[in-house]
Amino acid sequence: MLRFILSRLAQSLIVLLVMSFLIYGLIGLMPGDPIDIMVNSNPGYSAQDVARLRAQYGLDQPLVLRYWHWLSAAATLDFGYSRTYSQPVFVIMVPALIQTGKLVGLSFLVFSVLALAFGIAAALTKGSVLDRTINLLAFAGISVPVFFLALMLIYLFAVRLGWLPASGMFTIGGAGGVADSAKYYVLPVLTLTAAFAGRFTRFTRASMVEVLRMDYIRTARAKGAGPLRVVFKHALRNAMIPVVTVLALSFGALLGGALITETMFAQRGMGKLIFEAIMGNDFNLALMGLLFATSATLVSNLVADIAYAWLDPRISLS
Amino acid sequence: MTELIAGNAPAAASAVADRPQPVWQLRWRRLRRNRAAVLGGIVLLLLVLFAASAPLYERLMGVDVNDTNLLARFAPPSTHHLLGTDEAGRDVLARLMYGGRVSLLVGLASAVSAALLGTLIGLLAGYYRGRTEAILMRMTDGVISLPLLPLLIVFAAIDLQKLGFSEAFVRSPTANFYRIVIIIALVEWTTVARLVRASTLGLMAREFVLAARAQGASARHILTVHVLPNTASPIIVALSLAVGQIILLESTLSFLGLGIQPPTPSWGNMLNNAQELISRAPALAFYPGLLIFVTVIAVNFLGDGLQDAFDPRAEVH
Repeated sequence: MLRFILSRLAQSLIVLLVMSFLIYGLIGLMPGDPIDIMVNSNPGYSAQDVARLRAQYGLDQPLVLRYWHWLSAAATLDFGYSRTYSQPVFVIMVPALIQTGKLVGLSFLVFSVLALAFGIAAALTKGSVLDRTINLLAFAGISVPVFFLALMLIYLFAVRLGWLPASGMFTIGGAGGVADSAKYYVLPVLTLTAAFAGRFTRFTRASMVEVLRMDYIRTARAKGAGPLRVVFKHALRNAMIPVVTVLALSFGALLGGALITETMFAQRGMGKLIFEAIMGNDFNLALMGLLFATSATLVSNLVADIAYAWLDPRISLS
Repeated sequence: MTELIAGNAPAAASAVADRPQPVWQLRWRRLRRNRAAVLGGIVLLLLVLFAASAPLYERLMGVDVNDTNLLARFAPPSTHHLLGTDEAGRDVLARLMYGGRVSLLVGLASAVSAALLGTLIGLLAGYYRGRTEAILMRMTDGVISLPLLPLLIVFAAIDLQKLGFSEAFVRSPTANFYRIVIIIALVEWTTVARLVRASTLGLMAREFVLAARAQGASARHILTVHVLPNTASPIIVALSLAVGQIILLESTLSFLGLGIQPPTPSWGNMLNNAQELISRAPALAFYPGLLIFVTVIAVNFLGDGLQDAFDPRAEVH
């Protein structure tokens, strides 16, 4: 087990290293470069100044060399400064991470519980009106664009009904507190939940239907086990194996959802930060944001693999 | 679910190889019995008709999709503008129709490109095995484990002039269209590659392929004549399931201002300013969003039906 985890960890590190080089190169291909931006904001620079600045910042060196310098600095936890915030990248990322952690964590909790409940209910009543209704709702959730859902929720609950705030993280100049900030989480969490619950409801249902067909379920029933016992003791554990894996694998997609949701509800989380850093030529911040997103997905994949093996004793990791 | 398809792909392929006609008839019958899939197919046809009739509508109503009129902004529906006008006084219905052309075309073109790329990689990995397979499949796993949306945003933001393209080309709608198609294909090929590889592995062990190899057939001959036609089923299923995802991606990029660039309308970029205008003109956000939603749900129902119809384990009536 330990050897498996270590070798997968090493693999993930290699992927991360490759990705850091690719992203470093890609970011260099985005419009504008740091010196252009400096020159544009100060017309007093001459051509010599520009050349000197380029040399000073090492921008006249080839890509591989520049990447090597960045990597050596990053190895000492020096990730550079954000251009737009004029602060170390690290300092800006920490609060954003906490913000996204709250949003994604809360949504993850809500939609996993919903998906399990609906998925099991649908599997147990296969072919019924309830099953078909749940299926239709799940399809709707999978098919709706996240930004459109957010817009419609904003329109309904903030513009028309005026029940909830349309954007932000707390009431400016208000008393603050948990109740105040909770109001600002309802719509973003609802958006992410609706967007992700459908996929997992369908997955839970499919997995549960599959398991309920198994011989050992028939055996359990034949031995006189009650319906509740059959579902929760015999079927659920086995049905959960693929579901848990897919839940863990969904982290990359969740980050994408958070990017849209945070941007639309003006919440200063990682997603919004990454988007704005890319759009605003904030190279260091964009690079670290993207690398963070990549490592988060890699870690969740690793967790998925381990969970899979841990839940299913038939799978040997060595 | 992909594992299930992958595991059974060889069985499906062999059935096709042995008796071509009845299997496809059987699948067609199964698909026709699936009411949701049939409904999805009909809705998609209607949407294509809707998009195709754009010039007809323009001529009938005497409007032009690009005509702006700052004196008639946010006009309510009238006999001249059936769905009213937008923030620049353009006819909303005409823009929805032309936007549909762009969105559906991007969806189809990206899906086909992704399928071509995935098929090529899957065939090579399944045929050559060994190190080629290891490298290609690790690459596939790598791409699957990446955060797609942030990466797509970077790809969409790249300045093509830095890659040596001329400014005129970079700013043209054609370049814009191809850029979206290519970057979506670059991240969406993985499912097809995995399915085609699994299918190829199964086919390579079958007698007719072994016979061809024994007679000295070239790799190209074996792959194009013996393997490719028999991998059609997994490709079709994967494709139909990917199209919905792709239309959502395009609309998201366009919504963020990184996809199809105005003035060319797409359903996604019609929602560009929707957030600022939501209290003033909610309908402007509602129509294009609803069309994206209806398209994707129709595609998903059809794809789901195809998957069931192509499932070799489904009971035969």
